[in-house]
Amino acid sequence: MDSGFDFDVIQRSWGYLFREGMTFTVTLTLLAMSGGIIFGTLLAMMRLSAFKPLSWLAGAYVNLMRSVPLVLVIFWFFFLVPYIGAWILREPNPIKVGAWMSAVITFTMFEAAYYAEIMRAGIQSVARGQVWSGYALGLNYWQTMGKIVLPQAFRNMLPVLLTQTIILFQDTSLVYVISATDFLGAASKVANRDYRLVEMYTFVAVVYFVISYGLSTLVKGLQNRIAIIR
Amino acid sequence: MGYNWHWGILLEKEPGGTGIYLQYLIVGLGWSLATALAAWVIALVIGSLVGTLRTTPMPWVVRLGNLYVEIFRNIPLIVQMFLWFFVMPELLPKELGDWIKQMPPPWSSYIPAVLCLGIYTSVRIAEQVRAGIQSLPRGQGMAGTAMGLTAAQTYRYVILPQAFRIILPPITSEFMNVIKNSSVALTIGLLELTGRARAMQEFSFHVFEAFAAATVIYLLTNMVVVLGMRLLEKKVRVPGLIAAAGAPLPGH
Amino acid sequence: MISIKNVSKWYGSFQVLTDCSTEVAKGEVVVVCGPSGSGKSTIIKCVNALEPFQKGSITVEGISVGDPKTNLPKLRSRIGMVFQNFELFPHMTVTENLTLGQVKVLGRSSAEATEKGLKLLDRVGLLAHKDKYPGQLSGGQQQRVAIARALSMDPIAMLFDEPTSALDPEMINEVLDVMVELAKEGMTMMVVTHEMGFARKVAHRVIFMDAGRIVEDAKKEEFFGTPRSERAQLFLSKILHH
Repeated sequence: MDSGFDFDVIQRSWGYLFREGMTFTVTLTLLAMSGGIIFGTLLAMMRLSAFKPLSWLAGAYVNLMRSVPLVLVIFWFFFLVPYIGAWILREPNPIKVGAWMSAVITFTMFEAAYYAEIMRAGIQSVARGQVWSGYALGLNYWQTMGKIVLPQAFRNMLPVLLTQTIILFQDTSLVYVISATDFLGAASKVANRDYRLVEMYTFVAVVYFVISYGLSTLVKGLQNRIAIIR
Repeated sequence: MGYNWHWGILLEKEPGGTGIYLQYLIVGLGWSLATALAAWVIALVIGSLVGTLRTTPMPWVVRLGNLYVEIFRNIPLIVQMFLWFFVMPELLPKELGDWIKQMPPPWSSYIPAVLCLGIYTSVRIAEQVRAGIQSLPRGQGMAGTAMGLTAAQTYRYVILPQAFRIILPPITSEFMNVIKNSSVALTIGLLELTGRARAMQEFSFHVFEAFAAATVIYLLTNMVVVLGMRLLEKKVRVPGLIAAAGAPLPGH
Repeated sequence: MISIKNVSKWYGSFQVLTDCSTEVAKGEVVVVCGPSGSGKSTIIKCVNALEPFQKGSITVEGISVGDPKTNLPKLRSRIGMVFQNFELFPHMTVTENLTLGQVKVLGRSSAEATEKGLKLLDRVGLLAHKDKYPGQLSGGQQQRVAIARALSMDPIAMLFDEPTSALDPEMINEVLDVMVELAKEGMTMMVVTHEMGFARKVAHRVIFMDAGRIVEDAKKEEFFGTPRSERAQLFLSKILHH
């Protein structure tokens, strides 16, 4: 192996990589996680509802998102959102939507399908007796859900939800295909500009590894503490 | 909505000369499946091995298996693709690296894609296999040992046949995942289905027809895979042996 | 035939067996009883090295179980074991369960193994079920197949770990009958059980364990007539009221 490797390129571009790239990645992850869990919980409730059309619709959405590659979904929303935006805002031509907005919408909608399945299992894991005692007290559906079932469902599935978020964090790297400047995108730009692909991509791998492994270790620790409390 | 729909585009000729656009996409599906199947074989072999080794009582073997899993589980797939495509040839001895670098396309994209996807998926299979083995009652292993079977024989005749039946449902979704994940190879130049849908969009400007066609093809493939796995499940089913289903596992 | 001398075992820092010693002669039937956690299942699993032990020695026909040089698979193939949860291999038919050990461990031919297996299956009264899967059999039937499976290896001794504890009451007798037959034919047996009726019928000796120690080890008549230890008396009075 000839040491024509110049790892200083990492030092020189550090600021750009983290201020621009990592900020994009982390912000996208957090927004998609929040939106995804909210929308996912809604989907889960729809799937479990007794009203058949609602249940079917939510089921179809979840199955569709889970059957198609994320890359394809990213392309879909990248081209679709300008048209939908135009339709909502009653503009004649598709509105300009950047990679950032498109990515936020894509990942929220996509991850919601996965969060939905997790929350569905979570809601089902709450004993039926809880729902009955809520109704017996006179609470309506939304109050029972909001105050009794969902908090317990959420707590039960917390480790799984967090693990899914770590996966989401890794998946955001796919915005590469719409040339967004996330952490990988930023590193890629530096790599191609300075012709230092080996150094930059190795660095990206290491950073992702450290963050993902660190977070999953934290989640494991959380899981152990919850297990003891039970 | 200011969009002109024209589904006939699928029957028009594709500039590259492969035939009509629909054909062009189907060939892409062929590449997706070729990548997925080759990667699947690698994943099954390595994943079963690693998963089984992680259930043995030898601590250093388990630790090695855990290390393998943690490394390839915590790096995004697209980053692993780049490592295999850009970085791996540079780290090999010069002659080997140069030989890899001057491989003609599509093999220059296909081979790294298969290796990358194979190893990435092997980690998920290793987890399934380990969970399957550990879900068996301890008495099964003991019964095999008590009879005088060696450890290897006990795994081969008693534990693994049961473990694989148990994990058949999650393995089915792993196979679907491999097919979906093959789309990431477009970033290293493999012209599989999604890559071709994107190319079709660029040449013909008919964005939604292109992506809709690709979506439908993925959905149909999904259905075929699910059906196939259901038939396989029926074939290997043992009367009286009910495999337990679990909560959904995170991931795609 | 089986010689247990001063065996002690720890799980981490918790001692589960303390200085246990006893002998089982050829053709003897020894029943081991005691409350849960007394170590009776553990000690029987030490005899065929399913559980390791830290102190003392166990020999079977002169072969030391704890010796690292001992060929354990070979030793185990000569000792038959029947488990509380039957542990038949659910993915194999009854016949396959009976022939697996014979073919893979003893090296018998498939035809030879099948012949022997079916003969034993007939002996326990289940020949008609030879092509069924364990999941299609009742608990009592599964346990009888498990006994046949152990016998198919032509063992010199048989170990039983609470063979009827997981069975519905109606099925206990069908299994005990098989075990009684076996005892009458002169098989060396070490049986962990609560079934005192079985002990009274065919046991030669009864061992009572409590908290990891052998508290009483006496001939059957002595044990049931005038047990020496208070603990054994208390135990007997509790279970004999059923």
